[in-house]
Amino acid sequence: MLTSVETTVDELGFEISSDTLIQSQNISLHIGGKELLSGISINISKAEIVTVIGPNGAGKTTLLRLLLGLIPASSGSIYRKPKLRIGYLPQRAVFNPVLPLSVSRIMNLTGNYSKSQIETSLEETGVLALRDKPVSQLSGGEYQRVMLARALLRNPDLLVLDEPVQGVDYMGESELYNLIGDLRKSHGCGVLMVSHNLHVVMASTDRVLCLNQHICCEGQPKDVTQHPEYLRLFGLDSGSALAIYSHQHDHKHHISGELSESDS
Amino acid sequence: MTFLDDFFWRAVIAGIGVALVAGPLGCFVVWRRMSYLGDTMAHSALLGVAVGLFLKVDLMIGVFAIALAVALLLFFFQRQKILSNDAVLGTLSHASLAMGVLLLSLMAWVRVDFMGYLFGDILAVSLNDLYWIYGGGILILLTLLMLWRPLLAITFDKELAQAEGIPVVGVQLLFMLLVAAVIALSMKIIGILLVTSLLIIPVSAARRFSNSPEQMAIGGALIGIFSILLGLWTSLNFDTPSGPSIVIAAVLFFFAAHILPFRQFKY
Repeated sequence: MLTSVETTVDELGFEISSDTLIQSQNISLHIGGKELLSGISINISKAEIVTVIGPNGAGKTTLLRLLLGLIPASSGSIYRKPKLRIGYLPQRAVFNPVLPLSVSRIMNLTGNYSKSQIETSLEETGVLALRDKPVSQLSGGEYQRVMLARALLRNPDLLVLDEPVQGVDYMGESELYNLIGDLRKSHGCGVLMVSHNLHVVMASTDRVLCLNQHICCEGQPKDVTQHPEYLRLFGLDSGSALAIYSHQHDHKHHISGELSESDS
Repeated sequence: MTFLDDFFWRAVIAGIGVALVAGPLGCFVVWRRMSYLGDTMAHSALLGVAVGLFLKVDLMIGVFAIALAVALLLFFFQRQKILSNDAVLGTLSHASLAMGVLLLSLMAWVRVDFMGYLFGDILAVSLNDLYWIYGGGILILLTLLMLWRPLLAITFDKELAQAEGIPVVGVQLLFMLLVAAVIALSMKIIGILLVTSLLIIPVSAARRFSNSPEQMAIGGALIGIFSILLGLWTSLNFDTPSGPSIVIAAVLFFFAAHILPFRQFKY
């Protein structure tokens, strides 16, 4: 599946900077005569946070799956840095409570990591205390942090996050985005995420990509929010999304919601 | 080996063999919400019996082949994404059951013990059946052991498992093959109509006491063995059909596990 779209730099003659993690060149996807994505060219570099926004059905998740190589593109090409390690967080799957799995157990479902590696990772996302909890009892925010810790275990060059704040309460959202920003700094990994939440996301990303089957507009949050295509897609009110949420956080919350010591 | 000449000991040993395989495999049937698929494959077993009689091969082979064919058909329809799963399952289930009955009635030269096939006859297990059950059972368990971790990963999150390099389609198809095999092996003991109960009920009872997937698999196997022994005892003493007797025994364990006030388990 991967080989059909994976190509070398020379073969295509693209100029790909050594910082590039993933780059797509004009990829499209047709299924059953229907065009799901067309002419998508994007580039994600080292330690960069790129957020894909767009309405329901815009093809956001499909784009991630194409870039990950889970489905082949109909046309176009995708370059992935050799030996690229990806930590992936798919949209939260419906968990069947009949399956008795603990948090520490799911950390080792496909890999072999030591107890201390697992604990370090859980510590980093602030959920070490949950290590023996059954997965079926995690809250939305706890679950996403556990899954983030799981993705970090692979020591990724790139984190691919599909709706990382799905099922997370309003207060938890900005905390989670802050955590993602911190992880980018401490691990030096690039982040590609998908969201249909315009608000908090605008303040915590380097580049925004507005998708609706094709790329409507792209750029820094402050530019995208002024773009006519963006305003047409999300309505005139959305232009203020950045203004409201780009304030600096002067305090932190524990995952439980309590205030914790500020480190600034 | 003289004790194997006794139909009672053959029944006990066959029952234990089937329960040991049904426990671990049944866990995944329950975790993956496949109990209706198991039912459909089991209902196709009558067609498998007919085909086996027609081709004069061992009936277990016929049942295995047809159950696998039904699973593959379902897989094909799932990929079409036009019909819902339960519509396809309902269609396949009844189509194969009807075809089985039709074919058997056309083969006037064979006399078929319908009740025996539908509800099982553990006391009629032959030495040959025992070889099949243990030979096939060991093969199934070894394969499942190999698939255990990838299957768990797929069950937890298919998308993630695929992204982390697990060959999802291959593992799923291999798992279907195992389910078809266990249906073929346990048909004689518990009967076509009830065969999935041995996959589902003991592990569901064991869930109450399980803190890990492995505990549930082993617990399911043990409760399965107790159910078989209790059912066999009932069948022998009250001359009841063996399949329903075993199922009722398993159901008793199920209710005992979930209703009696045991210490609440963490998971």
